[in-house]
Amino acid sequence: MVTLTLLQALTDGMKTAMRKDESVLVFGEDVGKRGGVFLTTEGLQEEFSKQRCFDTPLSEDGIVGAAIGMAMNGMRPVAEIQFQDFIFPAFDQIVSEAAKLRYRSGGQYTCPLVIRTPYGGGIRGGLYHSQSGEAYFCHTPGLKVVIPSTPHDAKGLLIAAIEDPDPVLFLEPKALYRSVKGEVPEEHYTVDLSTLREVQSGSDVTVFCYGAMVPIVTKAANRAEENGIKTCVVDLRTLLPLDEEGVLEFAKKTGRVVVVHEAPRFCGFGAEISALIAENAIEYMEAPIARVTGFDTPFPNTLEHHYMPDDRRVLDAIEHVFNY
Amino acid sequence: MTTMEPLTVIAEDGATNGYDPGLSEEELLHCYRTMLRVRAFDEICLKLQRSGRIGFSIPNLGIEATQVGGASAFKKSDWLFPSYRDFGMALFHGVTPLDMMHNMYGNGLDTSKGRQMPVHFSFVDPIHFVSISSPIGTHIPQAVGAAYAAQVRGEDTAVLASFGDGGTSSLGFHSGLNFAGVWKSPVVFLCQNNGWAISCPIEEQSATDGFAVKAQAYGMPGVVVDGNDLLAVRKVTLEAVERARNGDGPTLIEAKTFRMGGHSTSDDPYKYVPAEQYEEWGKKDPVDRFERFLEASGLWKKGGRDELYAEALAEMSAAAAKAQSTKAPGLETIFSDVYADVPAHLRSQGEFLFELGKRRGDADAGGGEFPL
Ligand SMILES: Cc1ncc(C[n+]2csc(CCOP(=O)(O)OP(=O)(O)O)c2C)c(N)n1
Ligand SMILES: [Mg+2]
Repeated sequence: MVTLTLLQALTDGMKTAMRKDESVLVFGEDVGKRGGVFLTTEGLQEEFSKQRCFDTPLSEDGIVGAAIGMAMNGMRPVAEIQFQDFIFPAFDQIVSEAAKLRYRSGGQYTCPLVIRTPYGGGIRGGLYHSQSGEAYFCHTPGLKVVIPSTPHDAKGLLIAAIEDPDPVLFLEPKALYRSVKGEVPEEHYTVDLSTLREVQSGSDVTVFCYGAMVPIVTKAANRAEENGIKTCVVDLRTLLPLDEEGVLEFAKKTGRVVVVHEAPRFCGFGAEISALIAENAIEYMEAPIARVTGFDTPFPNTLEHHYMPDDRRVLDAIEHVFNY
Repeated sequence: MTTMEPLTVIAEDGATNGYDPGLSEEELLHCYRTMLRVRAFDEICLKLQRSGRIGFSIPNLGIEATQVGGASAFKKSDWLFPSYRDFGMALFHGVTPLDMMHNMYGNGLDTSKGRQMPVHFSFVDPIHFVSISSPIGTHIPQAVGAAYAAQVRGEDTAVLASFGDGGTSSLGFHSGLNFAGVWKSPVVFLCQNNGWAISCPIEEQSATDGFAVKAQAYGMPGVVVDGNDLLAVRKVTLEAVERARNGDGPTLIEAKTFRMGGHSTSDDPYKYVPAEQYEEWGKKDPVDRFERFLEASGLWKKGGRDELYAEALAEMSAAAAKAQSTKAPGLETIFSDVYADVPAHLRSQGEFLFELGKRRGDADAGGGEFPL
């Protein structure tokens, strides 16, 4: 075991995968010599050569399109999109192409690629360096959507994503890159893409969250605990395919549910969790499900701390469903 | 038709071989002063960023002549679709440093109401300096659309789309130039080839020899100009603007210049830019060059720069101090301007936020330094 930041765990995950399998390639804007703007790919070009870790021209459409071709033809591309906010020129390639290739070719062609991209707020990045776009992608059959929140999961999920036979969008909570540290096995391991993780147990209220919201929810849960409310915190980790059974199990345990994400509320991932529970476990519910989310506005800059859910807002919702 | 050799006007010794830039003495000095003011604005912003007052800025060092020479070819009734590295265009046309500083601080008097990151300016007055978007290249086809609107109304507006060498790889570059070629749009495409797109050198951005040659593919003239020569940039841009106003269609200009600083205040370029490039381009400083022209024409006395620069620094510091003491935007600005009217669901989200603050105290502002 070594203690790594989430960012270091991602670097380690890529290195581990690249050492094990020569077909793993890492590329994107500024990922080579500079090691990425967040330094996630630092040292990769040195260790694996320019052929396996390289910079591309400034075209997300080109990056993902080329990755699809490589994936079709025997490679395991790991494409970086510098900020999730800049992924939209590649939306067509991701949604129309990568996600549908297996289906439309009757399984003749496949697309085992990973698109890594930092998402979320908290760095004073304003409208275009802060967004959480997971919902656009979760609406896309054929894609997998993964979001780690701990160094251990970051490495294990990333390796699993790279080894997965299908396209995976790997969203990295940039606010956690350097702020969380944890124990990480030095060797190769994977974390299953489709099981949620119980962060802490509790019998009164269940909070579902993922990514950068996990530490915030945990903080709120601790504050609730001081007021005698035992809160179960669940990190979804993989949004698509979702661990539906797990969600229902944890919802039923307490009968009081809060869903937290940074992305806007309307048609956000919280709606899916709420609907799943409403359809399958409504008779277990002691209170209406509460959502704590970003507001239905673009992402502001100066006032971002008012926009993003914080422990104050999460605690408010926990107490609300508890006292209902 | 594409030129390959960069056009220059100002020779080493400041001579211009009789070229008449069509500017009064006062206007020429305005060009010079604007470049120094860009420099002063940069210097103050770097200090503000280093001391944690603002989160981020974009250095313009080395590019000033391209910005100012290019901007000088346009009238106040024209439209500019700038990039984030075009401070000189705004200052040239009379945007005040205070208005720019309000944006750097994202305060309540920022025209964008503190919603955008620093350097993402937006002005309609004294010129249309269109709201800057971070996604590279998105503004290029928009410039073509704005030009079409002016054409439809029979106006003689010319439109500038300014972008970097990296911007030529974007989808917007290709669709924008293609549309403009087909529509014979009154647009000037100004590609500021400053050698680098963050850490990506031009050789890895494109296999072509420079960027002007791409004009051929879209059926428009491509022109290469020495981007550190203010008068040369002005000359080719004026010619392109004239073509635009005469209905002769768009032009792609490639201004060859160099980013003498990092990509941003958070970037360390020494990690990837070879030192020789700084040495080489350091000798071609655009302000020195223009100063030599002013001296040769008897408009400027050697040694006057320090005073002018000190004046510019004082102007920028004063603007920064004012912006710093200006209040942050109000919470309501999170919810306004999403639509023309605030719909019911946003109204109730806003009311919730106000009420939450009363009930549980305010949100914690936190640090939030921008990594790039
Ligand atoms: C679509 C998109 N992809 C990536 C980025 C991140 N990014 C910001 S600036 C930049 C480089 C731009 O280089 P260039 O166009 O040459 O302009 P310069 O910064 O040199 O003025 C990149 C990759 C972005 N803003 N938008
Ligand atoms: Mg550039």
